[in-house]
Order: sequence, then structure tokens, then C-alpha cells
Amino acid sequence: MNEATSAGVQRRSLDDAPVRVVSARANLRTRLRNLWSRRELLTSLVSSDIRIKYKNSALGIFWSMLSPALTLGIYDLVFSVITKNGYPNFALYLFSGLVVWNMFQNAVNMATGVIVDRAGLVKKVSFPREILALANVGAAVVYFAIQLCVLCLFMLALGRSPAWSFLWILPISFVTLYLLTASVAIVMSAVTVYLRDMRHLMEVLLQLWFWLSPVVYSYQNTIALRLHDHGVTWVYFLNPVTLIIITFQRIFYVKTTVLSTVAPHPPLQILPTWTMSTFFYANASLLALVVVVFLGSLMIFGRLEGNFESEL
Amino acid sequence: MTTVIDVENISKQFKIHHERNQSLKERLLHPKSGSTEIFNALSDISFQVSANETVGILGHNGSGKSTLLKCICGVLQPTTGQIRLRGSLAALLELGAGFQTELSGRDNVYLYGAMLGLSKRNVDAIFDDIVAFSEIEQFIDTQVKFYSSGMYVRLAFAVAVNVDPDILVVDEVLAVGDERFQAKCIDRIRTFQEEGRSILLVTHQADQVRALCDRAIVLDGGLMVANGPVQESLRIFREHLLEDAVELDRTGARAEISIDSVTTPSGSFDVKSGAGIHFDVQMTSHAAYSGNFMMEIFTRGGLLVSRSDAQGSPVNLKPGLNSVGVDLPQIPLLDGVYDVNVGIVDRHGTVMAWREQAASIQVAYSGREGGIVELGASITQQ
Repeated sequence: MNEATSAGVQRRSLDDAPVRVVSARANLRTRLRNLWSRRELLTSLVSSDIRIKYKNSALGIFWSMLSPALTLGIYDLVFSVITKNGYPNFALYLFSGLVVWNMFQNAVNMATGVIVDRAGLVKKVSFPREILALANVGAAVVYFAIQLCVLCLFMLALGRSPAWSFLWILPISFVTLYLLTASVAIVMSAVTVYLRDMRHLMEVLLQLWFWLSPVVYSYQNTIALRLHDHGVTWVYFLNPVTLIIITFQRIFYVKTTVLSTVAPHPPLQILPTWTMSTFFYANASLLALVVVVFLGSLMIFGRLEGNFESEL
Repeated sequence: MTTVIDVENISKQFKIHHERNQSLKERLLHPKSGSTEIFNALSDISFQVSANETVGILGHNGSGKSTLLKCICGVLQPTTGQIRLRGSLAALLELGAGFQTELSGRDNVYLYGAMLGLSKRNVDAIFDDIVAFSEIEQFIDTQVKFYSSGMYVRLAFAVAVNVDPDILVVDEVLAVGDERFQAKCIDRIRTFQEEGRSILLVTHQADQVRALCDRAIVLDGGLMVANGPVQESLRIFREHLLEDAVELDRTGARAEISIDSVTTPSGSFDVKSGAGIHFDVQMTSHAAYSGNFMMEIFTRGGLLVSRSDAQGSPVNLKPGLNSVGVDLPQIPLLDGVYDVNVGIVDRHGTVMAWREQAASIQVAYSGREGGIVELGASITQQ
């Protein structure tokens, strides 16, 4: 009697335990549910990713601030001091765009090789494989958050405040950034299994992508007019990162039109003079698009992961 | 009985590239270079495992047993068919595959636990048990890259068996560790059985299947050739091994030998404990062959009581009918039914002919000793 009771307590009945199905192609809903049910694994992987990255370095996680700061310094030196672009507070302009770009680039760079690098794990342990790529994105989000804090401190030091009335668009923009980054990371991690060159190609593509995004220059002040004359402004916005960067710049750099620091101090239109609702509708439609892209990336991953075993 | 694993018409095909052309250049320049062969690792496998059942999967190398196991664990997706699982599953596939060598043992326990589907709180609760089981208390905060391979495996095993799974999948991992640790692992598996969990055990050691399993599945070349009681499956497993051995044999020197029957002079297989018994084993050989005769006696519980062969004095089989006599002058066994397997092996121990459960002897014992062997102990006070 006693034994039976203790066994009964220990072994829960399996009759109503959830049934999991392993089959050739999991549908999207199952994939999402599996991902959600393994969110604890995601946090574990993110924290171990971060710890491993800075394990044996003297400065540790401090590097996640130091290396973007150094990049920032270099760009500031080149564009503001040497080529004298005349943007006032150029460092702040750079910083608002760089936080976005760094997150995208960090995540995609790390995720591109992640399935190949962790082949041992992929071939032996069962979990939704997208989590490996998502963990890289998660780590990038952590660095993004750190950089965002530094950006806030930087603004405080400059005595600048963000565009308060636009601030509520920031979460939309961030979710868009996250989903976009995750989509690219997930697809690239799977494609690299089949085409190992992707890793090298991606480094170059990211360079190109960076220069196509208005981080170190102002889109509005450089090519906007020319594109407008030909009626092809939309071409520039095919790059989804552009809108996110411009939104961040609008929120943190605030001013759309400034006076150049270079004599004779002509006015420069740095950012588009869109209204708040334009920003909102643009960001909301991009978000809707990116949600579809994200779901599509999960489907592509699902197609590709079937042959991981024989390709790794 | 609840079905916890339901395997439905699983097939798995692998593409085998004969030329590795994974670089973009190769693919663009020679899109069709390198032949691709489809290899059927599993063909239309279906079976079920109920709660509280231990099932062995037998098969020699390349039979598809690891592929099947990986499909069940969800590491591989089957090409067609589906597997339905009820309850949590922990797999001991390759121990320590999820470890990050840069992290400490402690961090890895949490990470590995998360991979097996545990929350941090769950791992907190079993952390001490894991460390105690793995016996590496003093190194738990050392980076795993400094661990010896034994410590590595012990820690991984400790995590896997402490996660309280409903289904435990074990793939030949019992071959690791020293004898004491192995005994500990077997012990843990028995505890699991007592607690009513399901276990799927992949091995090619027949003894392990006999000792632990309720049922056995035999795979051969991706096909399921047996799914039934352990004795029956083991017989089929041995027969398939034998077929392969014959196929491998190019010279044809390995004669086809079949064991026809095992009889006793009286026709009865009942024997009193302490008395003797004589078997006559009839065999048909298609060619002259010289090999060793081998006999095993098992309890019904699967425990090997004795294995004996005529080492050094081979039996010479002539073409046609042969008879071999086995004399057991005194059987010191206690009450029970014992199964007798007989076979012919060559001098390397390769089985040439085998008959599983060729006979069963019923031993009657009237004394007071318990167990399986009568030692005739007498107790005196001194």
C-alpha cells in the first residue's frame, strides 16, 4: 500500500501527457510551439555564449562596449575630422545608427557558421536547431542593450534628450530589428551547412550592406535628392535596415535639419522630415512584412534541416 | 497500458555524396559532378513501446539501429512516417555531446539540463544528486576541458539519469566507464524499471538484452526482422548474424551447418537437482567442418548460468547427419526452468551455427537453499 502510494506520487500518469510528433516536416505552428517550449534553453545558450566569448579576456564583457566605442572613434575621426562632413554632433548621429547595425552584424556574423561549428551537438542532441541561431541573436540583443545604455549616458553627458514624442515607436522598431536579424541569422545558419563558402561571402556582403545603410553618412543629405529626381526613392528602402536606422537616428539624434559646422554653415537636411504618423506607418508596415519573412525563414530552415545529418 | 512510443512506418534515406562539392565554386562549375547515391537506412519500421516496458534494439553495425534511435530522439527527421512520443524523453546517445569545454562542470550541468528540457529551478533541485552520482565533487567548478574522458562521461551520464525522464533511451553507452561505474549504471536502469519508466536499449550485447529487456527488436539492413519476446528475437538475431557470416565467406569453406534437435535418452528434460543429464545434439552439415561446440545455460530471468565450449577438442563434423553428446554429470541448480542454447563456433569464436533455446530443462529441488546454485552450505557453531 505504502509502496504503491509512493510510486503513484513519483510517477505521474502518462495518459494525459502531451504527445510530441517527430515527422519529416513539422508545420509552422509546431515549430513555433517547440521554440516557445524551449525558451529556457535559449536563455541558457545566450548566457553561455556570452560567457564563453569573454572567458579568457582580461577586460571581459567590457569589450562589448570597448570595441564599438573604438569603431565609433575611427568613423568619427575619418568623417568628421578628416573629411569634414560638417554634421554637428556627428558622434551621436553615428552612435544612433551603429547600435542598430552592430546588433544586425554581430548576430548574422555569429549565426552564419553556428550549425557547422556545433555539428557535434546538432548530430547528437535533440532540440529545435533554430535555437542555436536565435541564441546568437539573443547575445547580440544583450550587447545591443549595453550599447543602448551607453548611448543614453552619452546623451546625458552631451546634455541632449531624445525625441520624446517619437520614443514610443522605438519598441516597434526594435521588434522589427530583432525579427529581421533573426530571419537572416536562421536562414544563413542553415544555408552555410550546404554551402560552406557562405561564411566568407557573408563577411563581404555585410560590408556592402553596411555601406548601403545610412550609418556613417546621411541618406537625406546625400543620395535622397538624386533618387527622388529619378523617382526611385523606394530602391534605397529595399534595404529594410535603412528604415530602422533612420528611426533610431530620428529618436536619438532628434534634429532633422542642422547647420553645418563647416563655414559658411549652410543648413543640412540630415534626416527625413516625416511626421510621427509617417514614421509609425512605415515602421508598422515593415514590421508586418518582417513577421512574414520571419515565419518564412523558419519554414526554409525546416526544409533545410532534414539533411543536416548527412551534410555535417 | 499507455503507449509512450509509437513508431509508424518510419523510413529514412540518406544521400551519400561520393564527391564532396560543398564550395560554391564547385557547385556552380560542376553542378552535376559527384554521384549521389540514395541509401535506405531504415525501411518501413513500425512498433510501439508501452509505459513500464524495456525494449532492446539489436542489430549489428550498419543495421540502422542508431538511425532509428536518433529518429526517436528527434535528432534526425524520418524521410517518411512519424513517431509519436508521450512524456519526457532523455537520451544517452553520445555522452557529453552538449558540453561546452570552456565552461565549468557546474555551468555545463545547467546547460545540458536545459538541452534535455529542464528549467533552471529543476536543475537546482537535482544538482546535488548529479554531482554525487558523477563522483567529481571537487572538480565541479573546473573547466570541462581539463576533465579526463572518464570524468566527462560520468558527469554527462549523471545529468541524463537524474533528469527524471519518462522514457530513457540508451545507446551502447553502458560500455563506458570502469566496471564499478557500469554496475552503478545498470543499477540505475533497474531502478528506472521499478519506477515504471520505459527504456529503449540499443546494444549488440545479447547478455544485456537478456538481463534487462522485456522484449527485443532486431534490425537487419534497415528492416525490422523481429519484434517479440527476448528469446525469440535473440534467436533471429543470431541467425541473421550467421547469414551474414555465410555471405562474407568467399571460399565456401564455412559449411552450412544446421542444428536439428536436442534430445535426451529418456525423452524427458526434467531433472532432479544434483542429478545429471545427457543431451544428444543432432546436426546436419553440408561439408566436413571442424569447430568448437558451445553451450549456454540461462535462467528464465536472463541470467547466464554457464557457458562452456569444447575448447581444444574440436568436433569434427562430416557431411550429412552428425550427433554430438553433451554430458552434464551433476546439475547443482535450484528449482526452475533453464534454457539451453547450443551452437558451433570457429576457433575465433565466430558463430557458425546456433540454436537459441534448443532445449529447456526443468530442475526440481527439494532443499532449503534459495537462488540458482546449490552450494551445499552447512552451518555449524564453533
